[in-house]
Amino acid sequence: MANGEGGSGPGPTIWPVGFAVGIVCILAGLIVSPVAVAAGVIIAAIFGFLWAREATREYRGTAEQAAPETAAAPEMAPAPVAPRPAAAPEPDMFDEGLDTTYSRSVFLEASTLGLAALIGGLVTLPVLGFVVLPSFQDQEYPDVNLGPLENFPENKWMITTFFRDPAAGEVDHRVAYIRNNGNLSFTIISNRCAHLGCPVQPNGLVAGNQRKTVKVIQEKQPSQVTLTPAAPSGFGCPCHGGQYDLEGNRTAGPPVRALDRYEYSIVSRNLVLNKPYSVAHVYGTGADAKIKAYPLTGPGQHVDGAESWLYPIQPPGR
Amino acid sequence: MPPLPTRNRQPSKAMQLVMYPLDWLEERSGLVGGTKYFLFRNVPRDSGWFHTLGSATLTAFIVQALTGVVLAMYYHPSPETAYASIQYITNDLTLGWLVRGMHRWGASVFIILLFFHAARVFIFGAYKYPRELNWIVGVILLILGMLEGFTGYLLPWDQTAYWATVVGINLNGTAPFVGEFLSQFLRAGAEINGDTLTRFYALHMLVIPGALIGLILLHLYLVVRLGVTSPPWSEEAAGRERPEPEPVDTGRTGLVQPAPRGGYKR
Repeated sequence: MANGEGGSGPGPTIWPVGFAVGIVCILAGLIVSPVAVAAGVIIAAIFGFLWAREATREYRGTAEQAAPETAAAPEMAPAPVAPRPAAAPEPDMFDEGLDTTYSRSVFLEASTLGLAALIGGLVTLPVLGFVVLPSFQDQEYPDVNLGPLENFPENKWMITTFFRDPAAGEVDHRVAYIRNNGNLSFTIISNRCAHLGCPVQPNGLVAGNQRKTVKVIQEKQPSQVTLTPAAPSGFGCPCHGGQYDLEGNRTAGPPVRALDRYEYSIVSRNLVLNKPYSVAHVYGTGADAKIKAYPLTGPGQHVDGAESWLYPIQPPGR
Repeated sequence: MPPLPTRNRQPSKAMQLVMYPLDWLEERSGLVGGTKYFLFRNVPRDSGWFHTLGSATLTAFIVQALTGVVLAMYYHPSPETAYASIQYITNDLTLGWLVRGMHRWGASVFIILLFFHAARVFIFGAYKYPRELNWIVGVILLILGMLEGFTGYLLPWDQTAYWATVVGINLNGTAPFVGEFLSQFLRAGAEINGDTLTRFYALHMLVIPGALIGLILLHLYLVVRLGVTSPPWSEEAAGRERPEPEPVDTGRTGLVQPAPRGGYKR
């Protein structure tokens, strides 16, 4: 059979070219836009189908065409044996229209398997959905009231701990480093290291004896915010030694970008944390800092440059 | 068929009495013969201590399974009480420190033995034809074993557990394209929360052990089917045919019928 294919193989066609264009479109779309991915999938599917149809034309051909091929096989064999009786059922299966019969046992086998697949699917799909989907739903970050502005003296760093959802308990404890730049400008840096997510620490004095606790209402639950003055010269991560300056830019170690930041708003003279966002690099300092905000991205993932092409899509819902 | 040679060894009445339940079982299930077939196999003459690493690994797994089942009777997979329940097991329960210690240190023993066993197979070239599939199954077992370590590490719910899991999940997150989806699935959300703990608990004690047990059975089936490889320095030809075991006439009535197929021939 393998020898026979060389001579009677399918002729050249245009379909593989279209298929390749579709694949290129998918790969480009992963970087550019999901629409291009969808278009690429459609193009690749159509041309792939046409290509497969072209390539298998001979095998799907009529029984007259198939017969010489099976006859050729014994000729190739060094010791011709009796014309293979095992091959006899094969023509029946493909020989449409003549004496095709669909025996009872084949029907029962197919219907049993089909029914089992249907039942299996009916059971498996909801379970899979239950396992996977909740991880991706309702993941947006709620706003957090951090208390009155007066608690944030100008040009001082405050280590601010808070809860987003007090009902979740200690596992929801979060930390942000906040500096009041004056004129209602705040630098709010997340303590999540941009390497692998450990908590970065302030490099410098922490005035633990001046800690202040503010009672707030968060998600309709009583909660508290603690504010500890600090005088850091930068931030450092205890896990793998990543170092950052006071704007959160990486200065040493393995992190791939600057520290994440929080959007903020001021509501009735209270400082309110909004969504966190990711930052590649901060230009300038304090109130004059120029920051391009990227959607919140997991630690260890680039948000700019060629490496960011590896992470084109972030999970939905945040 | 020529008459089979027999060794006449009539057991005593007392022995027959003891053997009666086994005969009863064998006649109805073939399980006694099957167990003998599994345990009393021919191995190469010069196989040695290196060949015991596999069964040592299996023993370590059994220890983990048994101690794990017992620990699950006292452990609370909830963010509020998990740490306290571990303290309770360790400090208050009789011999709790020992069982938890066996599980905690046995985990390292299991992983270390997995690597030693894999190294033995690799260095002896025992992964070659026809045992490639068993190597593949073994690699999956190694990965599942390490996943057991990863998921089990979170369960004490202390600072080490929490931050090690943060780092571990974020390592997954740096995988191109799908990483963040994988890590969000593992976390059961955008951040580690109470559901992460229960998820890891379920994976640690139900999903991964189930897969491990199934694959260990497949692994053992392939070992029995393909036999043990000779060491590289062996002068014996590999792949020797397994001779028929010598039939033994024990005088036990229940064993006169040969097992229909696959069982212990006699």
